[in-house]
Amino acid sequence: MSENQESFHSRVIERRAGLMAVLTTICILIGGIVEIIPMYTVGAAHIVETPPYTPLQVAGRDIYVREGCYNCHSQMVRPMRSDVLRYGGQWSRAAEYQHDRPFQLGSRRLGPDLARVGGRWSNSWHYRHMEDPRAMTPDSIMPAYAWLLRRKIRPNAVKASLRALRTAGEPYDDGTINNSAMLLEAEGQMIVDDLAGSGITTTWDTEVVALIAYLQRLGTDIGAITAAEEREAANE
Amino acid sequence: MHVCTTARTRIWERSPARSDVDYVGKPVPLSNMSDSNSMDPRPDYDDAIARWFLIATAVWGAVGMLVGVIIALQLAWWPANTGLSWLSFGRLRPLHTNAVIFAFAGNAIFTGVYYSTQRLCRRRMYSDTMSKIHFYGWQLIIVLAAITLPLGLTQGKEYAELIWPIDVLIAVVWLVFGANFFGTVIKRKTNHLYVALWFYMATIITITVLHVFNNLAIPSSLTQSYPIYSGLTDALVQWWYGHNAVAFFLTTPFLGLMYYFLPKAAERPVFSYRLSIIHFWSLIFLYIWAGPHHLLYSALPDWAQSVGMAFSLMLIAPSWGGMLNGLLTLRGAWDRVRTDPILKMFVVGITFYGMSTFEGPMMSIRAVNSLSHFTDWTIAHVHSGALGWVGMTTFAMMYYLVPRLWDRPLFSQKAAETHFWMATIGLLLYVVALWTAGITQGLMWRGVNPDGSLAYDFMATVVRLIPFYWIRVLGGALYLGGTLVMIWNFVKTATSTAPPLSAGSEEALA
Ligand code: HEM
Ligand code: HEM
Repeated sequence: MSENQESFHSRVIERRAGLMAVLTTICILIGGIVEIIPMYTVGAAHIVETPPYTPLQVAGRDIYVREGCYNCHSQMVRPMRSDVLRYGGQWSRAAEYQHDRPFQLGSRRLGPDLARVGGRWSNSWHYRHMEDPRAMTPDSIMPAYAWLLRRKIRPNAVKASLRALRTAGEPYDDGTINNSAMLLEAEGQMIVDDLAGSGITTTWDTEVVALIAYLQRLGTDIGAITAAEEREAANE
Repeated sequence: MHVCTTARTRIWERSPARSDVDYVGKPVPLSNMSDSNSMDPRPDYDDAIARWFLIATAVWGAVGMLVGVIIALQLAWWPANTGLSWLSFGRLRPLHTNAVIFAFAGNAIFTGVYYSTQRLCRRRMYSDTMSKIHFYGWQLIIVLAAITLPLGLTQGKEYAELIWPIDVLIAVVWLVFGANFFGTVIKRKTNHLYVALWFYMATIITITVLHVFNNLAIPSSLTQSYPIYSGLTDALVQWWYGHNAVAFFLTTPFLGLMYYFLPKAAERPVFSYRLSIIHFWSLIFLYIWAGPHHLLYSALPDWAQSVGMAFSLMLIAPSWGGMLNGLLTLRGAWDRVRTDPILKMFVVGITFYGMSTFEGPMMSIRAVNSLSHFTDWTIAHVHSGALGWVGMTTFAMMYYLVPRLWDRPLFSQKAAETHFWMATIGLLLYVVALWTAGITQGLMWRGVNPDGSLAYDFMATVVRLIPFYWIRVLGGALYLGGTLVMIWNFVKTATSTAPPLSAGSEEALA
């Protein structure tokens, strides 16, 4: 580009701020549109519809998000031998995340992956682990979460959450939302009774109980999903 | 430390008025940097706003880095979590990332943008009121973030943790900033838009789009909301946002700052005008596509992962275009690089930009990502960009600006030199330790015995990393220490009784 003979860029684009802004906007929109629109429309269809989180699981998930567990724990088993061996024999499927708002895949493994943690440990193991991680895993670097053993969930807040989740697209019916306080108590009581068997006394509305309900759900949809995959493969 | 009274040859001791004089050189048309034909006296620039943003940058920078050192300590020594909910790692880590990105880097961007846009447009900011709303609004957002995040009020998406009312406030303040910027540009007294302004423009437009779409959510209360996207769609939108927060908050604005402040500090024209055009347009076009490299090996459709990987690889070219344009601008000034801390910081900053934009595309290759993902390698990559590129560029800009904005020679050159070395050594300790930690961890995770079983229990990898985490604590503390030395130096400069720089250079104003 010589000095006298100015380029189109220098003659036109650089002199018109509006034009430059428009060109910039077009430039930065293309990639996002191409990648996100297909996901939002086509990608939303799942091989099988799994049940949404129960009210107590919703409360527990909110605690998981609040405490920032995703800063250390991933929820994504990669289709690689070492990941699959370490975390329960199956890699993560898209359908497993269908009710996750927000998603909690995580980007770190300061602690182990939790995608398949449901059913791996007993309720009492989780209870003691949240109180003092070192009691269960001597060298753990995880913080203790003793306050979860004291604080209570608020059924009204959970009800509001269920409403908002339904607006966002989660399949909750009126019955679930209207009876959510009862459902919370019923599910919480089951965990409380189980804990009592290990000599732990607590109440259904303690935060740790909700968190346990959520953790025990993680990864438990995989059976239904692999079954659906097999059906589909057989049909082809 | 002594007060500098040496001959006025050092760049930071030059008069603020003279610093507005155009630099001479062929590759970039003169008219692009400022209107050389204008016979107007020096316009009435609003430097107070740049001063305020600079103070905020320094203060929040120290706070954000302090939180960084605290969470680094928590990983090396778990009792540092203290047992208090609001000091636990899971709540403090988002505070660190928000503080360093939105408070430290954000205020640094605004400092440079307000200072340089006025000079590049040869006029005062479009509206002083908007400048003030922007300043106080942004600091309010930061204070709200510092209160809500430790309380556990979060959206749970990385770099978009802030709850919805704060998101609304961010959108409003950002639009005020945008209107003020575009108002100034449209009413400019120059013909050309200099390359720094293109990068600022791209930043403002893109951040608006990203912020709005990633935060669309249904509130259930004043402090809680649920995204309209679920599962992997939410993940894709989030990493479209997250990756481009890196691109359009930590990269493009800093390239703009580099294009303004590096030539000024080096008194050299930008190496190549043509290169700046090519790398600007290709960079902003390609970056947007790269988000899926954060979701490699996830259940995201393969085509999306492949597109993300391909565009990430292509990104090397425009990124290195920017790096080369920066480094080659110093041609003929390398002798000064040895003695001038500002130029040294720029060189380290730009070099680390080059390194992290080479490393990033490598980590986007599936095979490499299968080793690096989830490990400390990512953290090493992040901080070579953050401590190296963002941090060093910011420090260089501040050392350039403080003497000009407060009209005093820098209090101590020796302290600036000390800061440079503390930051560089701290950065190297941090990054090298975590690269080693990351690769160690990645290899241990995949290690298998001859019988096909896993060689290492997860906890074995955790224990192995503790010594590296201690090295990071040391490196981070050094880096933070350097920042504190800088702040001390700036306070001494601003409060010094040395004669104003502008005295005795009246001719420059004529
Ligand atoms: C004294 C300096 C600093 C120290 C000691 C420090 C320490 C840390 C630590 C310990 C983490 C958590 C790592 C993990 O999850 O394992 C972290 C994350 C992070 N830091 Fe820093 N940091 C410092 C400065 C900065 C600066 C200046 C920036 C940006 C301008 C920055 C940006 C980030 C980001 C973006 C993350 C999140 C990375 C990810 O999610 O992958 N840090 N930092
Ligand atoms: C061409 C340029 C770049 C490319 C292609 C790139 C690519 C990548 C890749 C592949 C990852 C790892 C994703 C994962 O495995 O989870 C990553 C993480 C990251 N990079 Fe870069 N990078 C680039 C430049 C930069 C620069 C210059 C900075 C900082 C100023 C930066 C900041 C980050 C951050 C903050 C993360 C962590 C995100 C998270 O997991 O929370 N990157 N980048």
